[in-house]
Amino acid sequence: MSMTEQRSTSALLYLSGVTVSFDGFKALNNLSLLVEPGEMRAIIGPNGAGKTTMMDVVTGKTRPDEGEVVFDGKADLTKLDEADIATLGIGRKFQKPTVFENHTVRDNLLLALAGLRSWYKLLLAAPTKAENTRLGEILSIIRMEAQQHMLAARLSHGQKQWLEIGMLLAQDPKLLLVDEPVAGMTDVETETTAQVLREINKTHSVVVVEHDMGFVRALGVKVTVLHEGSMLAEGTLDQVSADPRVVEVYLGR
Amino acid sequence: MITRFLWQGMGPMLRVAVLFVLAIGIILPLLNQLMPASSAFHVPAWVLQLIGKYLCFASLALAVDLVWGFCGILTLGHAAFFALGGYCMGMYLMRQIGSRGQYGNPLLPDFMVFLNYKELPWFWHGFDQFWFAAIMIVLVPSVLALALGWFAFRSRVTGVYLSIITQAMTFALMLAFFRNDMGLGGNNGMTDFKDILGFSVQSDATRATLCFTSALALAIFLVISGAVVGSRFGKALTAVRDAESRMRFLGYRVEGYKLFVFVLSAAMAGVAGALYVPQVGIINPSEFSPGNSIEAVLWVAVGGRGTLIGPILGAFAVNFGKTYLTGALPEVWLFALGALFIAVTLFLPKGIVGLWSQIRNRGTARKARVPA
Amino acid sequence: MFFLRLLAGVSSALAAVLIAATALAADLSALVTNLTTGSFGDRETAVGALAASGDARAAPILEALGAGQLYLRKSDNAVVIGKPDGNQLALTEAISGKPAGTGSEAELDRVRVNNRLRGVIEAAVGSLTLMSPDPRVRRDAADSLFKRPDPAALAALDAAIAGEKDARIKTAFQEARAAVVLVSDASKQDKLAALEVVRDKGNRDALSVLQAAINGASDPDVKAAATAAAASVRQSLAGWEAAQNVWYGISLGSVLLLAAIGLAITFGTMGVINMAHGEMVMLGAYTTFVVQDIIRTSFPHLFDASLVIALPLAFVVAGAVGIAIERGIIRFLYGRPLDTLLATWGLSLVLQQAVRSIFGPSNREVGAPAFMSGAFQLGQLTITYGRLWIVVFSLLVFVTLILVLRKTPLGLYMRAVTQNRPMASAMGIRTPRVDALTFGLGSGIAGLAGVALSQIDNVSPNLGQGYIIDSFMVVVFGGVGNLFGTLVGATALGIVNKFLEPYAGAVLGKILVLVFIILFIQRRPRGLFALKGRSVE
Repeated sequence: MSMTEQRSTSALLYLSGVTVSFDGFKALNNLSLLVEPGEMRAIIGPNGAGKTTMMDVVTGKTRPDEGEVVFDGKADLTKLDEADIATLGIGRKFQKPTVFENHTVRDNLLLALAGLRSWYKLLLAAPTKAENTRLGEILSIIRMEAQQHMLAARLSHGQKQWLEIGMLLAQDPKLLLVDEPVAGMTDVETETTAQVLREINKTHSVVVVEHDMGFVRALGVKVTVLHEGSMLAEGTLDQVSADPRVVEVYLGR
Repeated sequence: MITRFLWQGMGPMLRVAVLFVLAIGIILPLLNQLMPASSAFHVPAWVLQLIGKYLCFASLALAVDLVWGFCGILTLGHAAFFALGGYCMGMYLMRQIGSRGQYGNPLLPDFMVFLNYKELPWFWHGFDQFWFAAIMIVLVPSVLALALGWFAFRSRVTGVYLSIITQAMTFALMLAFFRNDMGLGGNNGMTDFKDILGFSVQSDATRATLCFTSALALAIFLVISGAVVGSRFGKALTAVRDAESRMRFLGYRVEGYKLFVFVLSAAMAGVAGALYVPQVGIINPSEFSPGNSIEAVLWVAVGGRGTLIGPILGAFAVNFGKTYLTGALPEVWLFALGALFIAVTLFLPKGIVGLWSQIRNRGTARKARVPA
Repeated sequence: MFFLRLLAGVSSALAAVLIAATALAADLSALVTNLTTGSFGDRETAVGALAASGDARAAPILEALGAGQLYLRKSDNAVVIGKPDGNQLALTEAISGKPAGTGSEAELDRVRVNNRLRGVIEAAVGSLTLMSPDPRVRRDAADSLFKRPDPAALAALDAAIAGEKDARIKTAFQEARAAVVLVSDASKQDKLAALEVVRDKGNRDALSVLQAAINGASDPDVKAAATAAAASVRQSLAGWEAAQNVWYGISLGSVLLLAAIGLAITFGTMGVINMAHGEMVMLGAYTTFVVQDIIRTSFPHLFDASLVIALPLAFVVAGAVGIAIERGIIRFLYGRPLDTLLATWGLSLVLQQAVRSIFGPSNREVGAPAFMSGAFQLGQLTITYGRLWIVVFSLLVFVTLILVLRKTPLGLYMRAVTQNRPMASAMGIRTPRVDALTFGLGSGIAGLAGVALSQIDNVSPNLGQGYIIDSFMVVVFGGVGNLFGTLVGATALGIVNKFLEPYAGAVLGKILVLVFIILFIQRRPRGLFALKGRSVE
């Protein structure tokens, strides 16, 4: 059937005909989307277009009513829960930085570090040499060696953002979903974040959901426009900006 | 490997606490046994009994703290695990009475003769053996916790919903144990115990030993809890408490973490209940009442949730107050208890331990601000 | 001349009547004397004969005999009825009913009866009272005859049926006659017809009459017809029993609804866990008690209006306490639901102890006004007015609440604040005030529930504790934040509870319901009517 044909595609993330409805309201309506390995994709759309719901579906938080969600050509994400999906290699960064406030910076990174997850192994596990080395590397990348024993609750907002990026590096996902990374940031910070994402994209695939057009332009990647739970347009930012339907629903007349 | 596991959580504070608990458990019974009754240093048996009771409550509080303070599960049903352990011990003690009961039946406990039981119900078999009872004391609460936790955590029942479920559980158990046809003594429960392991439960030596055993149990629970929360597991556990969905998105199967501490904590509560019963000499269904579970939560809140020492301080402080007030001013006790609930949540969310570290932090925070 | 003849005629007629009356009296006194002599078997015959006399004066004599109050005075062998009066017995002459002084047990011989005789007496009294002028007595007589059919009463019954004007009592007589026919040696046709009458009565008594007919029938046709009739009665009884259970369930459900509906507001729409909710109910009940107490001592004529007076007061008292709780404690704990739970639990202890200190720990008596006492029959259903009013009241409260939420400014503000607090605040709604009023509304409704519950439960300081877990179960089961869910949840849980009770007993039934809800919450953590979507998170 078409299933086998579709699964043999090279796409890292494959969504086909995904529909999610809440009490009759269709948050996603027959959405299809392809993300290739190594690609960075920006997803834009007005409020209520289904951007967050799409991320929820990919990360296993919400089960779609219909449709296929396949990761890496083989894993059916509609059958798996959050922990399975994260272990497969999908990381998610929330809009609001969420770090573990009552843990030290180092422990935050240790918890995120790819590898041990099962509770009975963690009861006896001491950090290995390799893990310590990796933690050191990440701490130096995010320039927080000095704060490594500080509780995350005491970090400034910017430091928390950096810590979260460090945690994503520690998690080392194949695909990274980033939700509105520059909301509430200054222009300089926005520029820095774009650089960081491009850096991460060298080794990981990235999907960015964003409102900020300047930021999307700075990323310079393929753009997907969502509207009322479906894909409205896809292409470079200039192409979609020229699309009259996109102008109609989103960019304003 | 086990020793390394147990030692990994041993901070200096915990070491002091363990030694202190053991010291109480050794010195008080020794003073009772070695000093002549006329001496000023003689500790009367009722004090041993009281301290023994408090030590069991402290173990229960530690168990509650393990799930509430470290994992964020507010259990309103831990008294049920405590009572189940107590009932297992009660069944053993009933079987030890033998033909010395009022009806002199060598096999059936008095209440069964009274209720016209012809033979021992199936679940009473084996309880004449101490080793069997000891296994059941750990197993019965654990299995209940495993069953409840398995369903609840997998279905992601959290927060107050979980609290209400645990409360409904202990309420249902209370109703069930009140029934005579449960075969567990109905509303009178079990009492008039004679012997434990061949020693009279009334003798001073037995009381001294029970008090020591309660202290030993609490010390062991402290070490185990310290090891659990001090391990990488413990870091993950508190992370689950603080940001459960974040942990899921990091790939942690949080159900396993919750289930492990819930079952461990239920087993601890069961042992505490089992040690409690021979010291107070009775076990009845009112031990299941929802108020008892919430009171145990209050001990933790007063002492300081999320710390290992807090629940022990809280259990001793609140119960000392209860013993004093119910004796001196019985009318005032419920007012005081109620006011304590309100005051702690409003003004002392981190309890006594938190108060201390708040004061200390204020000092260090002032110093820390200077270079910044 | 004519006058004289008339006078003579009248006097002779009068004389004839007088003679007949004395003859009857003599006859009756002989019959009564027979009651006191011979073996129990002889006395049974005497009772039958007395009953057959149809004399209305025989009824009290037989009743006294059944109650062991018929005596033979040793001094003159007169038959007297003795009622206890202090240490003595107040005596009346059995036949004339005139007072006959007092006497002690030592001066009298009690006429002894055994159980068998007592049954016979009861049936005899039944047939004797068929002609009583009091319709209630006639009805009772018919019922007692139906339960203990006595072939000797057949003639009396026929006479009674012929003379009866009240259609319902006539039916009762006919049913009693059918029962009598079944134990008599009447013809097969008569018995078959009687079976139909009994079958149509269709209650438990009819079933036992039919059962007796099956056991006693010699004719196979009658036996078969009786078996069929019994089966049909059993079936219709099962139907009625189910209906009765549904009614009990609705009644319990209305109580649950009353207790839970305030919680549905505070927990459902505000997300506040108020463990002292049950104590708001308790305060409402005690308000009722205080109102009745004042009315009893100062305005006794207002007693029937006491509940109506108590309703607004209970609402105000519980609502004011609720607002005080919200302002004093809960508002500092928003966003900390587990701490709210603990603090309000502590508060519930304080309120209980306060009430205990003021009113004492024992149950307080709250009376029922006239319109809530008594019961009526609906087919085989017995419906008490008290329960009926509570069902009606709970629905009224529910509808009023819905209207308040939908149609009033407070309802609009409440919905706005629960949906988007910052936005409501930005639009000039004073959110702290709305919080306090919402909490006051929920608590006030709990107070109203207390007025109703004072009618069916013990008014004690622990009153509220019995409802708090059930109320949470109802709200969670129905779906948090959904008032209709609360209605359906309360009714469903009430009915399930009542249907489980006959099989499992009251306690086990309750345990089963709790276990069911525990499992249910795990399958559908958001309840029966869950709100889905992002707003829930």
